[in-house]
Amino acid sequence: MVRLITHNLLACHVKNCTSNNFPLAFKDLGDTSLPAEQPDMIDDEFLQKLHHVLLEIHVEEGSMVCPNCNHVYPISNGIPNMLLAEHEIG
Amino acid sequence: MIPTPDLSHLTRQDYEHVYEPAEDTFLLLDALEQEASELKEIRPLVCLEIGSGSGCVSAFIGGILGPSAALYLCTDINARASRCTLTTGRQNKVPLESMIASLALPLLSRLKHSVDILLFNPPYVPTVIAEAENAQGTADIEGSWAGGIDGMQVTDIFLQTVESLLSAKGRFYLVAVKENNIPDIRARMSDRHGLQSKIVMQRRAGREHLFVVQFFR
Ligand SMILES: C[S@@+](CC[C@H](N)C(=O)[O-])C[C@H]1O[C@@H](n2cnc3c(N)ncnc32)[C@H](O)[C@@H]1O
Ligand SMILES: [Zn+2]
Repeated sequence: MVRLITHNLLACHVKNCTSNNFPLAFKDLGDTSLPAEQPDMIDDEFLQKLHHVLLEIHVEEGSMVCPNCNHVYPISNGIPNMLLAEHEIG
Repeated sequence: MIPTPDLSHLTRQDYEHVYEPAEDTFLLLDALEQEASELKEIRPLVCLEIGSGSGCVSAFIGGILGPSAALYLCTDINARASRCTLTTGRQNKVPLESMIASLALPLLSRLKHSVDILLFNPPYVPTVIAEAENAQGTADIEGSWAGGIDGMQVTDIFLQTVESLLSAKGRFYLVAVKENNIPDIRARMSDRHGLQSKIVMQRRAGREHLFVVQFFR
């Protein structure tokens, strides 16, 4: 159950990957309910969409990719696997 | 009385690979129950449990604070444990955010000084170094207890990061046994990280003398 509010707290932690290592990019997540820019008027409709995106969308299967080093963190059964191999640990 | 979480969905097969709640777990639950009103008072927004295993402890915290009062983050190196944590959350209607991770590594940079309740019932049993290293690598049931020298090999790494995780009002609850040298842990946390501490509860269970220590600013 990776909610976006949780995704928003994860950063890549591969050795020496310390800048531009957040946010991890979802692969194949096609939700477009939110506009790209913050709207001038924060109305109920926008807040409902925001609530939906942050708290209700759950990613069950997929992956997250580090924008800096391209490390792929898989998500399976709603659980992200953030473990690194020995040589990747800082 | 806060009810003990419902774990009836977990099976014998699960417990072959995932730590089954035992005396150490129950001491931590009792300590948290004793602290319940204080914990509610700090209005926690972020709870983080390291090594969540069955998910029993985080589900219990959810019972104390209310299911949607906070974000409940759980890590474990054991993939099967992360799965049990997720299902225990569902069974007890607490939205536990379960992830496979070592300690708090993927969260450190984003959760700076933001964790209000931090919990760790670590692998605390003294073993030889190699045994703890192997157990960390295979991430199965041995990883729930094998703690290396003084039983502190895994805990010591995490202790380095506690100060940077704790919010201003944050509290860290650590389970430890006598062999871990609790006076030394407390002195180090005070000298190196400026954190105060107190022993919340202790109990003898068979050969183990168990403690719950709380660290705070
Ligand atoms: C003593 S068990 C406690 C389980 C559960 N919290 C409880 O109280 O019943 C320790 C747990 O820590 C996990 N663990 C061991 N090393 C870890 C690490 N480096 N990072 C995260 N979890 C770890 C084990 O897989 C196990 O689930
Ligand atoms: Zn990276």
